[in-house]
Amino acid sequence: MAKGRTGRLLRDPLILLAFVTIALLLAAAVLAPLVAPFDPDEQFFDGLTLEGAPLPPGERFWLGTDLLGRDLLSRLIFGARTSLVIGIVANGAAVAIGTLLGVVAGFAGGWTGTVIMRFTDLMMAFPALLLAIALAAIFSPSLWIVALVIALVNWVQVARVTYTETRGLKEREFVEAGRALGAGPLRILLTHVLPHLLPTVLVWATLGIATTVLLEATLSFLGVGVRPPTPSWGNIIFENQTYFATAPWLVFIPGSAILLTALAFNLLGDALRDALDPTQRGRT
Amino acid sequence: MSGRYLVGRLGQSLLILLGISFVTYVLVYLVPADPVRQIAGRSATPATVEAIRAQLGLDLPLWHQYLRYLSNLLQGDLGRSYLQKTEVTTLILARLPATLELMAGAITVELLLGLPLGVYAATKRGRAADRAVMVGAFTVVSAPQFVVGILLLYVFAVRLAWFPIGGYGTLPHLVLPALTLGLLGAGWYARVARSAMIDVLRQDYVTTARAKGASPARVLLVHALRNAALPVVAMIGLDVGLFMSGAVVVESVFGWPGIGQLAWQAIQRLDIPIIVGVTLVAAVGIVIGNLVADLIAPLIDPRIKLRA
Repeated sequence: MAKGRTGRLLRDPLILLAFVTIALLLAAAVLAPLVAPFDPDEQFFDGLTLEGAPLPPGERFWLGTDLLGRDLLSRLIFGARTSLVIGIVANGAAVAIGTLLGVVAGFAGGWTGTVIMRFTDLMMAFPALLLAIALAAIFSPSLWIVALVIALVNWVQVARVTYTETRGLKEREFVEAGRALGAGPLRILLTHVLPHLLPTVLVWATLGIATTVLLEATLSFLGVGVRPPTPSWGNIIFENQTYFATAPWLVFIPGSAILLTALAFNLLGDALRDALDPTQRGRT
Repeated sequence: MSGRYLVGRLGQSLLILLGISFVTYVLVYLVPADPVRQIAGRSATPATVEAIRAQLGLDLPLWHQYLRYLSNLLQGDLGRSYLQKTEVTTLILARLPATLELMAGAITVELLLGLPLGVYAATKRGRAADRAVMVGAFTVVSAPQFVVGILLLYVFAVRLAWFPIGGYGTLPHLVLPALTLGLLGAGWYARVARSAMIDVLRQDYVTTARAKGASPARVLLVHALRNAALPVVAMIGLDVGLFMSGAVVVESVFGWPGIGQLAWQAIQRLDIPIIVGVTLVAAVGIVIGNLVADLIAPLIDPRIKLRA
């Protein structure tokens, strides 16, 4: 059954395209040193015009060069590493924190549940980006700090969804049956509740990568994210934005990379939701 | 609407605000750089530094500072900016109208683009037009706002020169920033409106209207649209959070003199009272927005019952 649905997923050309994009991105990130035509940090003498302006896309530098005469394509490929590391680490942490808090609150209920969920409400009321900016500015940012900051901001949604689901699952007959057969709370949690949460967590983990990649790019664009010279798609735009009128490729090529990545994960997450939750099919 | 629900809901909002003020205060207390040093300058003597610290109350324990801050807060006093030597409340109030104007523009964009496109997609359900609108909606929610802003600037201000490159004051200045801020929401609204419209078009009263010979346009505009627009209108209050984060980005791209830009400048200079002030004002906006959305939803749509 589930296999049939996955098969149907892949027959949708759009989803297939999303898969291909994600696969290419992964390959670029993993194989960066092999596939990048140049060293991303090398400032080429012939990478600037005689007047010192960056080169537009051309024969030697396929996507052109940046303000310091570095190869844009190589910086983009290495930037994919940054995005992906943050996407996986930060989002993984956010999903783990959110699931843990949501499940504990939903399963324990009572005071524990109330306290956790009120705290979640509190975090929901924070303007996420302002909070992330403040956090990133407080701890001078490195790749890992940025990942941590994003995780601290992004767990909230997951916590709410898993909380609601856990509450619902707790009332289901198979949980009651398990309890009647003498299973302890931990056993019920591990064998009856968590496996049923898996589809939801999977959907949110996929959608969360899109959110995370966008947040990292925004923080880096504002100058409180990943710091140069480590290339990140956001900080490439940050470094070059003042020249967008004369060297637009320096903004719009990395911008397209961010957009395509977020779009691919959003499309995939949405398709997964449809596939895993038949009641939602065709509604969204 | 029961009074009990209202009181409970208001109390809950107040508690959240209190929590927010505390969390923000603790956060900025963690800042490793010392603001006193920044104000006093490099050449200040240790005695001057200590005098400034005492004057600002930064030598008191954290909880004491927080209580002092909270009691001032209740009197509308957000403290003074370390660097601009001005009341934070004054700075924020001076810049709030620009941000509110930007948000009003963004709401207009969301509704004018999102609603019609979503409704249109619903009527063409499953066909190429529906698919195109939905892919478009996905694309705008996946696009980083700063890239959208720079793209609009590049095309409409630099290349076509239809709008000014930045600045504030007239309607043409507002168009591009409002479009940038509103597009994201328009993408969400198109999805919500489409899904609501698909539900509504299945209802018996729509079938009845059709059976009675109402024209397709009449069925759509009079019978269906009214009900499909409800969930979208009820969502506007929830957008405040989206806008508050977006304002920082959009205002920094377009040089829009609102509180987003104020916060952004303050963060670079570690001007703590301003950071706390703007975050707090933004959070108050979000809490009020959520409260309004919760309270008006059942008024617009009587089928929604208030949670007791």
